[in-house]
This record gives sequence, C-alpha cells and structure tokens, in this order.
Amino acid sequence: MDAQFAQTLWITLKLAVSTTVILIIIGLPFSGWLAYTRIKIKPLIEALVSMPMVLPPSVIGYYMLVIYSPHNWFGEWLGQIFNVRLAFSFEGVLIASVIFSLPFMIQPLQNGLRSLPDSLREASYTLGKSKVRTFFKVLLPNIKPSIITAVALTFAHSIGEFGVVLMVGGNMPGETRVASIAIYDEVQSLNFEAANRYALILFLISLILLTTIYSVNKKYDTWKIV
Amino acid sequence: MENSVIFIDIEKRMLTANGPMNLSIHTTIPAGELVALFGESGAGKTTLLRILAGLVTPDKGLIKFGSTIWFDSEKKINIPPQLRNISLMFQDYALFPNMTVEQNIQFAQPEKDQSKVNELLALFGLTEFRKRKPTGLSGGQKQRVALARALARKPQLLLLDEPLSALDAEMRIALQDEIAQAHQLLGVTTIMVSHDLNEVFRLATQVLCIENGSITRTGKPEEVFSDNSISGKVQITGQIARIEKQDTINVVTVISGNNQIIKVIAFESDLENLKIGDRVMVFSKAFNPIISKLR
Repeated sequence: MDAQFAQTLWITLKLAVSTTVILIIIGLPFSGWLAYTRIKIKPLIEALVSMPMVLPPSVIGYYMLVIYSPHNWFGEWLGQIFNVRLAFSFEGVLIASVIFSLPFMIQPLQNGLRSLPDSLREASYTLGKSKVRTFFKVLLPNIKPSIITAVALTFAHSIGEFGVVLMVGGNMPGETRVASIAIYDEVQSLNFEAANRYALILFLISLILLTTIYSVNKKYDTWKIV
Repeated sequence: MENSVIFIDIEKRMLTANGPMNLSIHTTIPAGELVALFGESGAGKTTLLRILAGLVTPDKGLIKFGSTIWFDSEKKINIPPQLRNISLMFQDYALFPNMTVEQNIQFAQPEKDQSKVNELLALFGLTEFRKRKPTGLSGGQKQRVALARALARKPQLLLLDEPLSALDAEMRIALQDEIAQAHQLLGVTTIMVSHDLNEVFRLATQVLCIENGSITRTGKPEEVFSDNSISGKVQITGQIARIEKQDTINVVTVISGNNQIIKVIAFESDLENLKIGDRVMVFSKAFNPIISKLR
C-alpha cells in the first residue's frame, strides 16, 4: 500500500516536472514570437493556445486518443517507425498534459512581454544586438514575475490534472496512475483514508505554490519599469 | 570614425491624431553636423528619426549613408537597425531596468572595453552611480546614462529623440552643454528632434523645419528663424504670451525658452503680423547689454 502510494506520487511529480520543463523550452521562444508577430492569423493561434482553458478536458483527451489510435495515420506511423503506442502510456499522457497546460505557460509570458515598453526592444536593436540576445538579456530579465507565475501555474495545473490523464492514460499503476486519479479510485472503493492522504498532499502543494506566486508578485509590485 | 553624407528620399503614409498624413522627405544631411529636426508635434519628426534608425519602414524611396544603401524600395533593400551602426536615444531613455548604470553602458559596446566605460562614466559624472539600477535615478541622471550608452556604441550616426523634453529649465541647459560637448568630442553626425527653439539655437548647426510631413525650410538656425539676418547684439527667442494696449503704446510679453519673461514695447505697425503664440526673436542693436555674474 505504502509502496503504491509513493509510486503514484512519483508518477504525479514526474508528469508535472516533465510537463513544466518541456513547456519552458517550448513556451519561451513561442511566447516571444507570439507577443511581437504581426501575422494575420494571430487571433486564431491565440485562440487555439487558449482552447484548453475553456474546453472540457475530456474533449482534448478524446481528440488525443483519436490521434494516438493505430487506425489513424499518425498513430500508425508512430507504431511502424518508432514502435511506440501513445495511448495508455506515460509518454502519451505527457504529450496531452503539455498541450493541456500550454495556455498556463504562454499567457503570463506573453502578457509580461507585452507590458514592457517597445523602446526597450528597439533600444537593444539600435545598439546592434540580435533578436535572440535582446530576448534573453533585455526582455526576459525584466519579466521575472511573469516567468515565476507561468512556471508555478503550469506546474500546479499539471499536478492537478485529472480529465485528460483519465481519458488518455487510464489508471495504470506505475504508468499513468497519478494522485488525482488515485483519489477518485480510492473513493470509489470506499478507501477514504488513502483518498484523504492524496487530497491533502495536492491541497498543500497547490497552496504553497500559489502563495509563492502572490508573495513574489507583491515583492515586484514596488518594482517598476523606468 | 568616418563621417558620411546622408541622402534621404522617402515617402510614408502615416496615421496621426489629425488624420492621415503623407511624410515626404527629400534632403541631404551633411557629415559631422548637429542637425535639429524642428516642428510641431505630429509633424513627422520622430517618425523620420525612426525611419533612419530602421525601426519604421518607408513605403517607398531611398536612404543612403555615404555609399551604403540603408533602404531602397526598388531593390527591396532594408538594412535592419542592428547593422546600421547608429545609436538612438529614446524620449523615455529606454534604460534597461535589469542592468546597473555600468552594465547599461557595457551592453552597448561592440566589444568589451572597461577603460572606455570608465571614461564615459567620468565624462557624464556617473561614476558614483555606476552600481545603481536606473529606477532610482533622477531624470537628468537617466538622460546622461542614456547619452553615455548611446555613445558607447561608437555610432556613425547619433539620433536623439527630444532628449531634454522631460527636464526642468536649469537641468536642460546643463545637459545641452553635454550634448554639444559629446558632439564636438566625437564629431559624429547627430540628428536631434526638438520643438524647443532655445535648444535649437544653442545646439544645432543646421535646422530642418518639418511641417505636415514635409521639410519647409533648411539652413543655419539664425537663417531659418528670421527673415533677414539680424546683426543684433542681443538675440532672445521666445513665444508671445500677451499683447496689451496701454494708452498709445502696446506691450508685448514674450516668454523665452528658459521661461524668462520679457516685455517689449511695440508700435501698431509692428503688431500687424503678430499674434499670441507666435514665435519671435527679441533683439537689441543700439544699446550695449551689460553682463553680470549670477550668484
């Protein structure tokens, strides 16, 4: 029982950390591009990124299952080339989780970048610095509160993910069984003591993360762009 | 550092607060000069500066810096700001809040040179603030950091967007001297946006007057702002604040660029083409002005 408890927490943590790390790597350049691009379909891209915030997780989960299915060209291609089946695997859940948490990473970063005066970026360009150098040396260091918010929200959101994991991954101990699903499972089997332990841990982690965000943002409130 | 003549021949449709306007600039800027772009706000001065910096793209035309083409709509050439070797000093200074005063200057250097950084810090009286972040600095200090940073880039062309507009009169005069000094020291061609007549007279060697998107007059400040060259001994420029009729004479109150109030007696015939708000020059020929040091 205790080994299973630890294993479930480990899967939960592994999923949340991997999702956050992948989203930092994707999210930084993507939000930088999205904040300043002038392409016509920008509203469409922004809408697509934000879809997971309004759609029920089961809808995303359903589409992910359809895409992963070996009856579909993508799933078939994955199976033939890499011998990978994504449905009901940790990797499949991870990809779904990355897509589902995308807005929680992108939106704070994009808002942070857009709140900076244009002249900072332009000053760096006129001083001869490339777009990449400007992004990492001038823009990112000046949106630290947004970065902290984005990372903490993404992490908290992926740790608490339920619907997508259930749809895509099911409830396989050691593979796709995360804390939120374990709670549901334990309650179904009237095992309230175990459910209580999972619930308390999720509650505390989320509380600590959000308190951190708000205290960091409060600290930076006194800090203004010149 | 090599100075080059700047050839400008551009058109750009702009949307301003007063509706659409066509910015149409055809001029040549001689090398090594300190040129003032003078005109009302919304006339297109800042846009012209941003076009030269490469931050705004004209609709069509040609910009050449010496023999280097910066923009050519026909050949589809548009050199990005990074490769133009310019410095633009922004109206809001655009100092990087995450860097100290010293780091702001270091960041602008094409290659690291700490002795040059120390030199610039000393030149602008910033040595004691080197480890401070820009947030805690006064307007005048920020302006000096911005100017030092602009020079650290070793630009071939220095662009200043209303550099002194946010400062009070006393600070303004002190910093006008620093801009003049920097220009003399480096001999770099400098283009400055200004709507302060006093500033133009003090600093500029050439003036381009811009009205509604086109250049209306060019030349030396005293040539541009007075119809015939006046050989007066005292010349003060300002704006008419009030015209009062007292018995048989008229008293015209003029406020000079550094907020001094001057009252001038004028005859009916002088008043014919004067009204409140006009920019005027007050000059004296017959009397010797007396000078005394201020404590």
